[in-house]
Amino acid sequence: MLKTFADLNFPGRLIAVEGLDGSGKSTQIYLLKRWLENQGLKVYFSEWNSSELVKAATSKGKKRELLSPTTFSLIHATDFADRYERHLVPLLRAGYLVLCDRYVFTAYARDVVRGCPPEWVREIYSFAALPDFTFFFKSNLEVSLQRILDGRPQLKYFEAGMDLRLSTDPYESFRIFQGRILEQYLAMSNEFNFLVIDANQPVEAQQNVVRELITNSVDLAQFKREENYIKPQARPPRKDRWKEKQPFEDQSVL
Amino acid sequence: MEREATIRRPKRVVTPRIVVPKKRPRRFYGHGIPGVELQKLAGKLIVVEGADGSGRSTQIAKLVDWLEASGHATVQVGLKRSTLVSEELEKAQQGNILSHTTLSLFYATDFADQMENIIMPALRAGFMVLADRYIYTLMARDLVRGMDETWLKNLYGIALIPDAVFYLNVAPEELIQRNFAKNNALDYWESGMDLGLAPDLFDSFLKYQGMMLEAFKRLQSTYRFTMVDGHRGVDDINAELRSQIEHVLEGSNE
Repeated sequence: MLKTFADLNFPGRLIAVEGLDGSGKSTQIYLLKRWLENQGLKVYFSEWNSSELVKAATSKGKKRELLSPTTFSLIHATDFADRYERHLVPLLRAGYLVLCDRYVFTAYARDVVRGCPPEWVREIYSFAALPDFTFFFKSNLEVSLQRILDGRPQLKYFEAGMDLRLSTDPYESFRIFQGRILEQYLAMSNEFNFLVIDANQPVEAQQNVVRELITNSVDLAQFKREENYIKPQARPPRKDRWKEKQPFEDQSVL
Repeated sequence: MEREATIRRPKRVVTPRIVVPKKRPRRFYGHGIPGVELQKLAGKLIVVEGADGSGRSTQIAKLVDWLEASGHATVQVGLKRSTLVSEELEKAQQGNILSHTTLSLFYATDFADQMENIIMPALRAGFMVLADRYIYTLMARDLVRGMDETWLKNLYGIALIPDAVFYLNVAPEELIQRNFAKNNALDYWESGMDLGLAPDLFDSFLKYQGMMLEAFKRLQSTYRFTMVDGHRGVDDINAELRSQIEHVLEGSNE
């Protein structure tokens, strides 16, 4: 069975957030990060699909719609492995609190919805230990969709699940796709001890639950930086990714 | 059925009959690729494996000449040639910045892309696909670097089982002579320099190729490829390959 970093006696702890697009999980992990940093703790943040080297290939694949469910899965696994081996593991060895915006569960859910065999996907990610805490932001499907779709963003081909040919309308496709991903998440919630947060509550109420849970389960004093460390400055919060998206390269799919 | 047209000529010219390859049931090694109709893959997949300098490309070129002269359409594939990631993979290798799992998954992505976009379409069109290396080289390289065999077998469960696999077996000492005769140099990766086996290329090459051969032998018990003595003359070797491929075309192999 897969083990957590605590089970493996790592001095660091890994905290992951999972949830649908629009569930507010990125806001929550950002607020958690700010809170931990302000206490002068050793914190590292890593985001899904952000490894520099792999990114070039991924974005080419996505732009030109070159990806199949299999290569989509493998290229994201490559990205994850790069971050895992190069950043997550060494930092956890060095006693960091590592925060991950999405972890292997995103792949378990998405790739399976795309038709990859679940056992195949899970075995590929079996090199990774489990997070010590996985917060799952459980939002009402309609609320999440509304949050994303309110701005009438240009949905990207793969994000809308257009490759699955669920619908010729990207918005409709996105709805069906997200609904299936939610089903997958809920089905694995118990197996992986998801800490389920009601994402329909106000931002502050959710953050309260998250901070309380971490305070009660982690001896934060152990993660203190040395005295002379200069705290990072507050940065503007992450822009809403959906609003920066470019339209489809190929307008014919619309 | 249409009767064969009779051509009146002063002298009757006998054209040799072109063998129409016998169909055989096709399978993947493992979970496979979702959505593939295996019965439609009519062509044959022939793999030539071996180290650099084992004569792979020479043998493949001769096989292509022979197959085309015998009336078969051919396509050649090799590693690191995918549209999706070959460039990025090359860059990663040059910089030697990726860890093992990451590089392994990157190669698997390249392989999967070629599997889906070159190998399978060619087989569907009834071509003879000649692969200059296949999953075995990728697996052997990873095994030598300490990757888990079960993990690798699952990962490459997406590969089609070829109709014939030849391993051109040449002793490391002879490989060295051939590589020098050709390039006056040994390749960094083919010498396993990333493993720190020896301070100089020469010793490292010998050690690494010895380890690779062991890994191939280990894989042979599962994947059962034909070991070909690569020390003989080019034509002797080619004659052996041809006779085995003839069996494949006639459906009388195994």
